[in-house]
Amino acid sequence: MNWSWTVFFETIPLIAKGLWITVGLTFACYLFAAVFGFFWVFMSRIPSKIVRSIFGWIAEFIRSTPPLVQLFFIFYAWPVIPVVGVSLNPFVAAILGLGIHFSTYMSEVYRSGIESVDKGQWEASTALNLSTRQKWTKIILPQAIPPTIPMLGNYLIIMFKEVPLASTIGVVAMLHIANDYGSQYYKFVEPLTVVALFFLLLSYPSAILISKLEKKYNRKFDKKAMTS
Amino acid sequence: MGSLPDIFSTLMQGLKVTLLVLVLSIICSTIIALVAGLSRVSTNRLVTGVTGFYVEIFRGTSLIVQLFWFSYALPGLFNIHLGSDIWVAVLAISLNYGAYMSEIVRGSIQAVPAGQTEASIALNLSKFQRMRHIIIPQAVRMMLPEYGNYLIQILKATSLVSLIGLTDLLYYGNIYRSTHLSDSPTVYLLLLVMYFVIALPLIGFTKKMERVSKKGVALG
Repeated sequence: MNWSWTVFFETIPLIAKGLWITVGLTFACYLFAAVFGFFWVFMSRIPSKIVRSIFGWIAEFIRSTPPLVQLFFIFYAWPVIPVVGVSLNPFVAAILGLGIHFSTYMSEVYRSGIESVDKGQWEASTALNLSTRQKWTKIILPQAIPPTIPMLGNYLIIMFKEVPLASTIGVVAMLHIANDYGSQYYKFVEPLTVVALFFLLLSYPSAILISKLEKKYNRKFDKKAMTS
Repeated sequence: MGSLPDIFSTLMQGLKVTLLVLVLSIICSTIIALVAGLSRVSTNRLVTGVTGFYVEIFRGTSLIVQLFWFSYALPGLFNIHLGSDIWVAVLAISLNYGAYMSEIVRGSIQAVPAGQTEASIALNLSKFQRMRHIIIPQAVRMMLPEYGNYLIQILKATSLVSLIGLTDLLYYGNIYRSTHLSDSPTVYLLLLVMYFVIALPLIGFTKKMERVSKKGVALG
């Protein structure tokens, strides 16, 4: 088997079709992870120490075990579980599996943002007699989230590169198309190279963008800290 | 219905491959990270250019794509046969995580205050002595917590090797599942627990290093 440029150029349009599925799935997983991330933050602030540590360990468990196994659990094992089990289509399973896995990372980002809010802000909101809801939505979160935006952007790129895992449960995106082409014509290297190039084409410019954003934000929030 | 000990003993057959890939990948990626990280702070433009290219290529593409690519391209395109697919897996994982970890090495070396370099120049230390005795010891303690995090990432990445046909934990899990469908929840939960047990010492290491790296350091 040798390198063939014909095959290379032939597979570009095929795999480009899968690109949009990969990108779409990335955003869907990311949205799920971003919302579900708040669940862990919420659980880590419950007054009961036992509940806190239980959820802390669950999050740690999800974070340090392979997302691939979690994906298989949701796709193959979940439907078999009596009563609560439902069959999921590969897309939903991928969004749930990768979304839950990365929500544990997102919650760490949120937590670091919340912890960076000055203690005086908490005290002032209590002194002003704001309700818990007002305190969070009007005072804490508007200050906690913006400095974490570059970090949140980094996770978007990281998730983009994890989404091909979904091809193992049958989501027909870039990697799946490449492997299908390969098994049909016994040409794997060319389509896989195309897939790699597409990943590079999207993730490298985004990474540069994020690092620019990071520098900008660092300046912005440092300045704020200096003047206050 | 298979029993729990039955499932457990089936999965245990894959433990050796998982641990072997994990240990070999940790060793190789650490070496790659140190070499690439040091190269990126070199003053030689060619060296920084080449390593920069390597790091961006491997960080910019997905590990699972790299794994498939290596497993087909090494024998097919370059006619390289590594003897065992274990080495293909180790090569892909190490090159990928070596690239990520080289960024921590570079970042930590650059985070050592410039005054330390200036002082070592003033003390007439050679370039090698400066790195060996002044910069690296201070940089290493900054690297360790992040390094621990990447070790956990490498453990999670080893689950991918079953996709190129290696007989690791997940491989035996999938085999068992295909013949005992009703047991699949137990199989995958047990697998997750086994991965978590392997991860526990790495989590402990990371937490410990977080404390160590903060101890005795003047902040700001």
